[in-house]
Amino acid sequence: MAVKTVLEGVRDAIHDEMKRDPRVFIMGEDVGPRGNVFLITKGFLDEFGRDRVIDTPLAEASIVGVAIGAAMAGMRPIAEIQFADFIYPAYNQIVGEAAKIRYRSAGGNTCPLVIRTPYGGGVRGALSHSVSVEALFYHVPGLKICVPSTPADAQGMLTSAIRDEDPVLFLEHKRTYRLIKGEVPDGDFTVPIGEADVARPGKDLSVITYGLMRHFALEAAEKVAAEGIDAEIIDLRSVRPMDRTAILQSVGKTHRALILHEDNKFGGIGAEVAAIIAEEALFELDAPIRRVCGPNVPAMGYAKEYEEAFMPNPERIAAAMRDLAAF
Amino acid sequence: MKSESKVRASLPEGLTEETLRDMYYRMILTRLCDDRAFALNRQGKIPFAATCQGHEAVQVGAAFALKRGTDWVVPYYRDTALALSYGVTPREQLMCLFARRGDIFSSGRQFPNHYSVPDRRIASISSIIAAHVTHGVGMALAFAMRKEPIVTLITFGEGSTSEGEWHEALNFAGVHKVPAVFLCENNEFAISVPQKLQMAVANVADRAAGYGLPGVICDGTDPVATYLVVHEAVERARKGEGPTLIEAKCYRAMSHTSDDNQATYRTAQEIEALKARDPIPRFEGWLKARGLIDDETIASLRKRAQAEVDEATDWAEQQPSPTEEDLFTHVYAAGPLS
Repeated sequence: MAVKTVLEGVRDAIHDEMKRDPRVFIMGEDVGPRGNVFLITKGFLDEFGRDRVIDTPLAEASIVGVAIGAAMAGMRPIAEIQFADFIYPAYNQIVGEAAKIRYRSAGGNTCPLVIRTPYGGGVRGALSHSVSVEALFYHVPGLKICVPSTPADAQGMLTSAIRDEDPVLFLEHKRTYRLIKGEVPDGDFTVPIGEADVARPGKDLSVITYGLMRHFALEAAEKVAAEGIDAEIIDLRSVRPMDRTAILQSVGKTHRALILHEDNKFGGIGAEVAAIIAEEALFELDAPIRRVCGPNVPAMGYAKEYEEAFMPNPERIAAAMRDLAAF
Repeated sequence: MKSESKVRASLPEGLTEETLRDMYYRMILTRLCDDRAFALNRQGKIPFAATCQGHEAVQVGAAFALKRGTDWVVPYYRDTALALSYGVTPREQLMCLFARRGDIFSSGRQFPNHYSVPDRRIASISSIIAAHVTHGVGMALAFAMRKEPIVTLITFGEGSTSEGEWHEALNFAGVHKVPAVFLCENNEFAISVPQKLQMAVANVADRAAGYGLPGVICDGTDPVATYLVVHEAVERARKGEGPTLIEAKCYRAMSHTSDDNQATYRTAQEIEALKARDPIPRFEGWLKARGLIDDETIASLRKRAQAEVDEATDWAEQQPSPTEEDLFTHVYAAGPLS
């Protein structure tokens, strides 16, 4: 075991897969000599050469579209979108094309592609460097969407994503890149896509979350533990496929569900989680489902006050836990 | 196409007498398939048809310019003649028209003419205009990375060249010099909108300058002229000299699809005048002038094509339709995940 940051986990997954498999390559804006804006691909150009570390023109639809073509031709491309906020021009390629290639060709063509992008707030990224995009994509069958938040999950799930036979949207919370450190297994390992992680076992209420909020939820759980509230934290790790079994098992045990995400509340991932619980475990509940989410405004602003007001924090989460436990 | 009084003695380079007759056969086979599709639509047997009429020459010329079994085609939905010249059979064509379970392109999922035939090197496309152009570039990039001498032919109409993704694709291809050939089948209309409302330049080929590519214009109603231009571009790409944008000027003889009515945007005189541009009688005349075909051969080829299309229609009509269970296949490699 080595202690790494999330960023190092991401880098090692890309690096090791490029070393292991000549079909794997990375393309995007500033991935070459700059080594990506967060320095994830630093040194890759020297090690792997221009053919496999491709600085593309500044045009997101073609970053994804060209990667799709390469995937259809037998490669394993990693298409990088510099910030999730820039992914919208590629929406057609991801939703209209990548997600449907296997289906529309009845398996004749496939699209083993990873689209990686940093998302999320907490870094003063303002309106166009802080959004969460998962809800804009998780409605779409044919896509897989990963939202890991620990170094081991980032490395293990990205390795799984690169080896996956289908397109994977791999969302990396940029606040976790250097903030979150943790032990990562040595050597070749994977973390499966579609299995939630019980980040903290507990018996009084279930927090169903993902991304940076996993860490905020753990912090909040420690606060309320001192008051006698034992919260279970479920980190979904992937929002499509979504681990229904883990959600239902946890709610079946604690009988209280708090859904937590940074993304806007309306139509967010929490809406689906709540629907799963309502459809399949309504009579397990001792309290109404609660959601703590980003507010329904377009994005978090540049000013510190906007960002702080937008993002759930351990205090707000702890307050919601207390309310729910007391119901 | 030169006037028939000045016939060249020698055949165009790379084309044998037999190949030229085969090109002619593919053109009439396509026309008959196309006519059949619209007849089936009028009979209420199939819900939709998109015409290829007016495009047969450019597509057949392009298909024969490729190395079959090696080069990839990333076509668009009007490329019936291209497909039927690149290994797709009339039975396969009719199966997609009837949306049968055994339709090898999509198992009855996609509109007709949305080919996906990996074993004959034809890539899957959607109906989203120009979305496939970057895919063709990515495929070409992959072949170049693996140092395989494979060229990708990417086709589209002139309307596609208004899409941002089209420009992104050509820009990427120009920067990275991928082994691709971009072939615009300019039929002058995007459904009802004429070329002059799509672009302020006179020719699609003029756009090539913006991407550092050669832009070449050819007569898309002449299969030999198209063959020569495409062949040169393909071999240029194969040698690593980069992509070419070709604009083949053709026309669309009918409405956009079975759901369109071109009388709402073209006059009767305009529609009537299109008949003079039909590539099939023109090519017939060209072949006859060189003594490569006679009336007897034409009659027998037409009879053979008609028999092929009739047999394919009867056969495909009898094949089973998809079932409800088929709705759930091929969502993911691992099945229909929740």
